[in-house]
Amino acid sequence: MPAEFSKRTSPLRDVASQVGVAKPDPAIVVDDVTRTFGGLVAVQVEHLEFQRGCITGLIGPNGAGKTTLFNLLTGFDQANSGRWTFDGKPLAKLPPHRVARLGVVRTFQLTKALSRLSVLDNMMLGATGQRGESMWRALLPGMWRGQEREVEDRANELLERFKLDTKRADFAGTLSGGQRKLLEMARALMSQPKVVMLDEPMAGVNPALTQSLLEHVKDLREQGMTVVFVEHDMDVVRDISDWVVVMAAGKVIAESPPESISHNKEVVDAYLGAHHDAPLTVEEEDKVLAEAEAVIRAERAAQAEALDAAAREPL
Amino acid sequence: MQQVLDVLIISTKAFFGPLAVFYALMAIGLNVHFGYTGLLNFGQIGFAMLGGFGIAISVTTYGLPFVVGVLVGLLAAVLFALLLGLPTLRLRADYLAIVTIAAAEILRLLFRSVSATPITGATRGLSGFSGDFYALSPFETSARYTILGARWSGRELWVVSVGWTLVALGCLAVWLLMRSPWGRVIKAIREDEDAARSLGKNVYAYKMQSLILGGIFGALGGMIYALATSSANPDQYQSANTFLAYAALILGGTARVLGPVIGAMIFWFLLAFTESGLVELTGADGIIPPEILSSTDVAQIRFVLVGLGLMTLLIFRPQGIFGDRREVMLDAR
Repeated sequence: MPAEFSKRTSPLRDVASQVGVAKPDPAIVVDDVTRTFGGLVAVQVEHLEFQRGCITGLIGPNGAGKTTLFNLLTGFDQANSGRWTFDGKPLAKLPPHRVARLGVVRTFQLTKALSRLSVLDNMMLGATGQRGESMWRALLPGMWRGQEREVEDRANELLERFKLDTKRADFAGTLSGGQRKLLEMARALMSQPKVVMLDEPMAGVNPALTQSLLEHVKDLREQGMTVVFVEHDMDVVRDISDWVVVMAAGKVIAESPPESISHNKEVVDAYLGAHHDAPLTVEEEDKVLAEAEAVIRAERAAQAEALDAAAREPL
Repeated sequence: MQQVLDVLIISTKAFFGPLAVFYALMAIGLNVHFGYTGLLNFGQIGFAMLGGFGIAISVTTYGLPFVVGVLVGLLAAVLFALLLGLPTLRLRADYLAIVTIAAAEILRLLFRSVSATPITGATRGLSGFSGDFYALSPFETSARYTILGARWSGRELWVVSVGWTLVALGCLAVWLLMRSPWGRVIKAIREDEDAARSLGKNVYAYKMQSLILGGIFGALGGMIYALATSSANPDQYQSANTFLAYAALILGGTARVLGPVIGAMIFWFLLAFTESGLVELTGADGIIPPEILSSTDVAQIRFVLVGLGLMTLLIFRPQGIFGDRREVMLDAR
């Protein structure tokens, strides 16, 4: 079982399960990041590290700030304050395309397939450092034709790996939802990234395709990439992640290996509400009953009094 | 029979005429903006006006050589694109639309204002700047040439030859650019800016390049128009022209190299055909009695008829003449 194997040798096996814990070799380090929308604090993270070469799952109830954190880390949103670095290089205030060029690519919760471009063009767009993307050199095909062929070969290889090679010439807009997720992930890989950030990669994907998507995500780790992903399906999180970070109301409330995350009290409270499962003791039960009886007695007494008063009234 | 032939000859002349060149160049620019990049530029006529007045002001007002005038016109278009793009290209597409249509009108009102008289000639406009251009003509400018039955003056022939050469070069440039990786990024921006950003493309810079490129085509169109009429008057550059150029573009098919060109040609063919046709029909020996349609209404009614034709086209062939129906259908989802 490769999964078991990787867990036993995981670089995170000795890391304590506590919020803001230091990792042996962090790729991304986040410090004191806050993002507010009006009065709402969407993200407020004091310290968070993402281990290099591992799959980190980011979970939390709706509105916990997971996607906002993703947007901040990849430059799609501006933080009110805070610092975050990738390989020691500060990422704060960098526009999204600069973040991507450093090797941090992301996918989106709502897939962004480029509908009226062919699947192959979608893929080839992902390659970085293309000479023909400069307007002047674009006019001279000789300048970029060789590189274009290399990019195309790489795109075809990836398409085969993601089993999209038969769709190569189709418009991306004709793909199914699951195929679009595959295409988006494959396209992100065209840039040969160091960190891949997947926002709900399994949302809306049928179970058969989920399995193959999971294998692809694990593959990324095998190739030495750092993966951070947002996901709601706990089975998926448990299956593929090496480490789980839980967010609620903008804060990181817990982090631990996936096996122990569901035993964490904070996490359970965040998902289900505090005191949801505390059973009533005998005394408490008696107290509740006594209170209810007192209310009923008081009502009856009031009724009887009203009747008496009515009877005493002269007709 | 002779009447039908006359109508066809007049329409065919319009098919190749300077107005078709003017609209073809403007529509090529709009195709770069709207068809490929997804930028809504409603101020293309402003670029055209800067092109035309670039020559007119340089030559007539300041007495500079013709070539300098052309360069001034192109530079003005580039600066106009930068001015419009810098504040709006970071925003959503509709902001650019609002700013461009307003800027084109501001420019026209500025040029026709009384205080601008010493420079632009205000409502009288400028003339007498095309001499150097026609001096280059290989055709005898005063002679008449008969081609396919239509009578062309040497001046007209020279201006349309230059015009169609520019159109051909423009199409070649657009074709080269759009099959390159640069074109792929441009089309990706049309589909989804954020996706392009997430893949490391500097969307803002690409949109600016596209705005400048399309604006230059607009300026070239304006130059041909000014040279063909030998005058530059601010009121020739009404915003309605931008939308006629859009109509030509959509008629031909967006995001196709030849779409805007064929669209503009057919558009002017149809306008000339309906006009000269109606003039014949409502004339002294025409079959339409003046109670139904008088010959003075023809100029208006031709736009109604062409408009109806365009509506029919969009219902039955929404992709235009050259477009790919599958692409349009993808959009509808």
